[in-house]
This record gives sequence, structure tokens and C-alpha cells, in this order.
Amino acid sequence: MFATNASRGLPRHRSRYPAERYTRWAMRGLVGGLVVALLWLVVAFHLRGQWMFALLFLVLAAGLAVTFTRRRLMSHRYVFPALAGMGVFVIFPLLYTVGISFSNYSSTNLLGEERVRAQFLARTYQAEGQAFDFRPFRRGETVRLFLEAEDGRALISAPLATAEAGEPLALDPAAAPPAGEPLGMREVIARRDRLQDLVLTTPDGVELRMAGLRSFAPLVPRYRENPDGSLTDLRDGHSLIPDRDTGFFVTEAGERLTPGWPVAVGSDNYARVLFDEDVRGPFLQIFVWTFAFAGLTVVFTLAVGFVLAVLLQWDQLRGKGLYRTLLILPYAVPAFISILIFKGMFNQHYGEINLILEGLFGIRPEWFTDPWLARTMLLIVNTWLGYPYMLLLCMGLIQSIPRDLFEASAVDGGGPLTNMAKITLPLILRPLTPLLIAAFAFNFNNFVLITLLTGGSPDIIGASTPAGTTDLLVSYTYRIAFQDAGQNFGLAAAIATLIFLLVAALSWLNLRLSKVEV
Amino acid sequence: MAMVQPRSIRARQLGAHLALLGFVALVVFPLLLVISISFREGNFASGSLIPERFSLEHWSLALGIPWERVDGSVVQPPFPVMLWLWNSVKVAVASSLLILLLSTTSAYAFARMRFQGKGPILKGMLIFQMFPPVLSLVALYALFDRLGDFVDGLGINTHGALILASLGGVALHIWTIKGYFESIDGSLEEAAMVDGASTWQAFRHILLPLSVPILMVVFILAFIMSIMEYPMASVLLLDEDKLTLAVGAQQYLADHNQRWGDFAAAAVLSGLPITLVFLLCQRWIVGGLTAGGVKG
Repeated sequence: MFATNASRGLPRHRSRYPAERYTRWAMRGLVGGLVVALLWLVVAFHLRGQWMFALLFLVLAAGLAVTFTRRRLMSHRYVFPALAGMGVFVIFPLLYTVGISFSNYSSTNLLGEERVRAQFLARTYQAEGQAFDFRPFRRGETVRLFLEAEDGRALISAPLATAEAGEPLALDPAAAPPAGEPLGMREVIARRDRLQDLVLTTPDGVELRMAGLRSFAPLVPRYRENPDGSLTDLRDGHSLIPDRDTGFFVTEAGERLTPGWPVAVGSDNYARVLFDEDVRGPFLQIFVWTFAFAGLTVVFTLAVGFVLAVLLQWDQLRGKGLYRTLLILPYAVPAFISILIFKGMFNQHYGEINLILEGLFGIRPEWFTDPWLARTMLLIVNTWLGYPYMLLLCMGLIQSIPRDLFEASAVDGGGPLTNMAKITLPLILRPLTPLLIAAFAFNFNNFVLITLLTGGSPDIIGASTPAGTTDLLVSYTYRIAFQDAGQNFGLAAAIATLIFLLVAALSWLNLRLSKVEV
Repeated sequence: MAMVQPRSIRARQLGAHLALLGFVALVVFPLLLVISISFREGNFASGSLIPERFSLEHWSLALGIPWERVDGSVVQPPFPVMLWLWNSVKVAVASSLLILLLSTTSAYAFARMRFQGKGPILKGMLIFQMFPPVLSLVALYALFDRLGDFVDGLGINTHGALILASLGGVALHIWTIKGYFESIDGSLEEAAMVDGASTWQAFRHILLPLSVPILMVVFILAFIMSIMEYPMASVLLLDEDKLTLAVGAQQYLADHNQRWGDFAAAAVLSGLPITLVFLLCQRWIVGGLTAGGVKG
């Protein structure tokens, strides 16, 4: 092992070889271009008011610029791209998640206040009283609309076919209905979709839209913005006041109007997890099951893997290579396929497992509707999926046990069981511990298994968030964030933050036990 | 070889073989079953492992070819499996190459250079590697949702987003390659540098050619991991024709409409190549996985 003084490696002077000069300039151009592109993103995000993202890209651009211009940081140039990748896609999401957990970010509070306000201001309603009754008339292939207001004003449209979808259609004053046959209600209904897309403009520039099967009416903006930031509902004159604590426009009666915008809500989400009965109950239940699932999985996979490893290390056994290959098959098949295979096999109605069980014992367990059977099924499947890893680890570690220990044991009359319990297990358990912790952490977050096999069902009764009896904390978080109709990102982020703390603790423990040398 | 052998050795050998065979049967049963089902007629057929009513219907559908039944009705393929497989392979190749590029250069620096903050960075990478991306999906979703407004091809529902997001997993590969670089003697590069090669040239022309095996392993490992990646793809991809196989395959077994037979054929078709690659390269892959593990 040696270390280079990196900065000595690259010559400072202009290279004699044109090719090298060009590559060097190309590299500089690339870095420069990247920095400019990133700065453009910074400005774009800043203009949108998304300062977290602007900051992220600013840090990235600055890091890039500094690393690739300072000669002192020559070694860091090699590391920077990978670190930037981890920074943007691991560390930033982590911090951002923690940030979200203190906000009410959800599907109802998705966009910023300005865009919510713009949405309200873009809302329109159809002013009654100025409505026109309409009748379509057909002459040959062309269809025109004839509109009559209550005050007797009459207008006629250009032929319908001439308008592109979404483009306004001009209206002209008319004295009498056009020539041709009037179309009945049935044909109006048949063309309803086409008519609903239609925008008609009167000679004085008012836009009309279909307001019913018989009438077109002008669209008028529904809200007006006041200087103090409140909105006035033009239909009834009530005003909407922006409440920046809750992130909603509120009426005078205190009613919230959706959509709102994300605002900081302090530790509300954490309070919900810890004190709200409807959330805390399922949360605790899922918490306990997550620990039980991860712990039992490690125990079962280790037990199976260890016993098989001991068997496969037995000198007098033939065909070990073949056994080994067959035994690690579950590891080689992509998990998303084998989990789905089990989903089909455990199917309560026609799955092979229930067919066999019925043939042998006359029972048909309800694997997907009974919580305990569902949990049992998950453990069976996960043991099948996970033991090959333990098998491989144990085989590697057993090989490093000095042979003379077994010789001595044999001389003293120790059998294979004694060897296994008194020599092999104690000797490999110590180096195995950090790996077991890693396996525990992995299964603690075994999202794919739960999602593909049970989806968390059967559901916990009485929970206000989507929560299942087989959900792990991760899949629970995922469902709150992406499956629930409410898409409560804030609450999901709060639970994710709690899991971060647990994972960090496990990870720290792991690092301590494995004594990594760097 | 033990010198002291008990007399009951034969009985024990037999017992061990029986136990192993029984266990192997249990393990292999689901896989054989699925192969068998893929050749059975209909979606709910049950029967022995060797199909009684042999049919290529499911295979034809999995390959995207409409199948004409005996009674003349034509069945259309329910899902674009081949397209999903192609999407998966596309994303996996691109992200593996990207990962390989970035992790090789970083591993070189970590293995051969002395620089500020090296120890903490390496340790930090190990810690952050343990945080599953599932937990920060909300943040990743928000990131790509907004990025997509400015950069085409990096928004939600693009493969670019998925490829880029896979960069979060480089730490494992950096550790693997770093371990290999450290096992190669540095004197060759030193000699090259004495002769006037730059650091980059020593890396590019001396160390890289020596490291082709580990680069292959890391590529295959990253490829397999990317093919099997589920959580991020399930959030970032929306349209049916954009899905990767890992996300799409579950649609066969949706609660209301289970297509067991069609799934079996698609599963064998897409799972077999990956399984074979894994088994062929198992010696190196397992070495890489467990060595990375033993070191932390």
C-alpha cells in the first residue's frame, strides 16, 4: 500500500500533445457546463420559492466548482461524483424527510400558497340570468347552434365542425333561427362531450360555456383578490381569509377550503403518532410486529442456514457442490418473482398449498384473511428467501475454524451435536453478530416482501390511517404516503424519521461491533 | 479428515442425505411448480407436476403473441411483459454502468490516496448505506416531481429518474472495489509514476486492466440489484408501458383478477435468465457480498 501525492501527478504546464490538451479542455468545458446548468436550476427553484431544492443544487454546484478548480483537492475529484450521488439521493432525501415531518405536506396541501391562490383566482362560475337557451340546427353536413337570451337577443354560431378542440367558436347576431332541421334532445345528449368542450364568444367578447342540456351561460371569475391578501367570493360577497398557521383559506364561518398549501405545523405529526388514539394503537401494534418479524426471521434463517452449513461442511458427505447449488436457489431467483410465486401458492381458493393441505388433513387455512396465519405465512416465506444468505455466511465462517478443535473433540468422545453446539456455534457467533444486526435491520425494513405478498392486509379495524396487521413500519409509512386517499406525507415522514433513529442506532451498533478499519 | 471415526458413520451419512434431499425438495418445489403451471392449460388448473393437458398458451402470451384457443377465440396478451423486461434491462444496464464508473474512480482514491476526511467519509458511507430508500421515498418523489418541471427526462414517470436515483447505492460497490484494489500491489503504479505517468494515467493504464474481474462482478451485482429494485420504481413509474418488470409482474396477481398461469410463464421467462446469471457468477458474487459484509 502506498499513497500518491496526487497533485504532483498532473503537470501544471501546457501539454505538448494536442490530443491531451483537447481532452483537458473538454473536461474543463464539461465541468463548467455542469456548474452553469446547476446554477440555472438553483435560480429556477429559487424563483419557485422552493429554497430547500435551491440550496441543494447550490451546494452541489459550489462543491463541483471548488473540487475541480483547486489543485489541492485533486484527490477529491475522484471521490466527488459518487459522494454527490449519495448526497443527493440518500442524505438530502433523509434531511428533507425530517423537514417534511414538521409540516402538513399532503395531497390537500401540495402546492405553494401563490399557486393555491392562483388556482382559486382561476375558478369561475356560470352567471345565471345571462344564460342563453340553445338549439342545434343541421343543414346538410354542418351543424350550427342557435342561441336565444331571455331578453330576446339571438345569436348564431359558426359551423361546429370548423372549430378545433378547445378553440373558441365565434357567434354572430341573428334575427331568426337558421335554415335546416332542429336537432332533438337525444342528439344533444349524443354530442354532449363535444358540446361541453365548446367555448363560444359573443360579438362583445364574452365567453360562453355549456351550462346544461338546454343552455349556454357566460363564465365569470368567482374570486377577487383584495389588497390584504384575502379573497372575496363574488357569488355571495363572503370573504376568504388565508390562515397561515393551518395553510388553508378559511371562510368567516371557520370552514377550510381545499386545496391548502404546506406550512410548518411544529411537532403535530409526532403528537399524532404518540398521543392520538386512532393512530397510536395501530402504530404500536405495527411496531411490535415489526420487531417480532425481524427478530424471528433472523432466528429462523440463522437456524436453518447454520444447520445446513454444518451438514455441508461434513467431509464424508458426497455431492456437496450439487446440494449447495440447489440450496442457494432461493437466493438466485429474483425476490419479486419468488414472492409472487408464494402469493399464488398460498391462495386460499385454488393455491397448491391449500390443495395439498386439504388432501392430507382436510383443512383450508385462510392465509390472507386471518392475521396470525398471514404472519405465519410471511415468516415461512421469508425464511425460504433468507436462509441461503445465512448458509453462505456460516459456510465461510466454519471454514476458518481450526480443524484440530474437532479432532480433540472426537478424541474426547464428542459427537456431531456436541461439536455443533460447543465448538462451531460459539466460534462463529462472534464474527456473525454484526451481520446478524445488518440482517435484522434489512428485515426490519423488508418492504418488498410485505407489499408483494400481503400488502399489509388484513386491515386493523378502527384505524384512521391505512394500517394492516401484517404491515411493517416501512410499508405502513409507504401506505400513508402513497396509498391513502389523503396522502399524508407529513405523518408518513414523522414515522419515517422515527425509523431513521432506530436504523441509525442499529447501524452505529453494527459499526462498533464489526470494528471497521478505514 | 477426522482420524477417529465412529462406527455409525454410514447410518449418519444416509440420514444426512435424506435430510438434505427432503429439504432440497421443499425448497425447489415452488420453482418446479411454477414451471409446470406455465405449461398447463387455463389460469386455474391444478394437477400433478407434469402437466396433463399441455399447452403453450401462457408462453405465447408472455412473449406477446396473441393465442388462438381450440374453440377459435383469440386471447390477447394481458400485459406487455417483453416491454417490461426491456425497460428493466435498459434501466439496469444504464444504472450499472453509471455506478461502475463512479464507484471505480472513488474506490481508487480511497484505496490509493491520502486525503482529508477519508476515514469519516468511508465510515459515513457505511452508515448511510443502511438507510433503506423506501423511507425517503416521499422526498425522492418530491425531488423528481420538481426536477421534472425544469429538466425533461428526469421527472416522475421517466426512466432517467430511476437510473439517477440508483446512484444512492454506490457505497456498497465502492467498498467492494476498494477491497480488491487494496489486494493489488501498488508497486506497478509506482513504477509507472516514476516514469512520468500521471495519477490518472497510472489508474487508467495500470490498475484498471488488472481489475477487470472485480469490475465484472460489480457490474453484474449492480445489474441484478437494479432489476430487483421495487420500491423506487413503484413510486417513480406510473404508466403501464414505462413499468419495470419488478413493478409490473405483480399485476398478474391483483386481488380481483388473478392470472396464475399467465404469471407463471412470465415469471419463468424473466426469472430464468437472472437466476442463471446469478448461479454462473455465484462464486464471485457471493464472495463480493459476504466479503463486503464481513468487513462491515
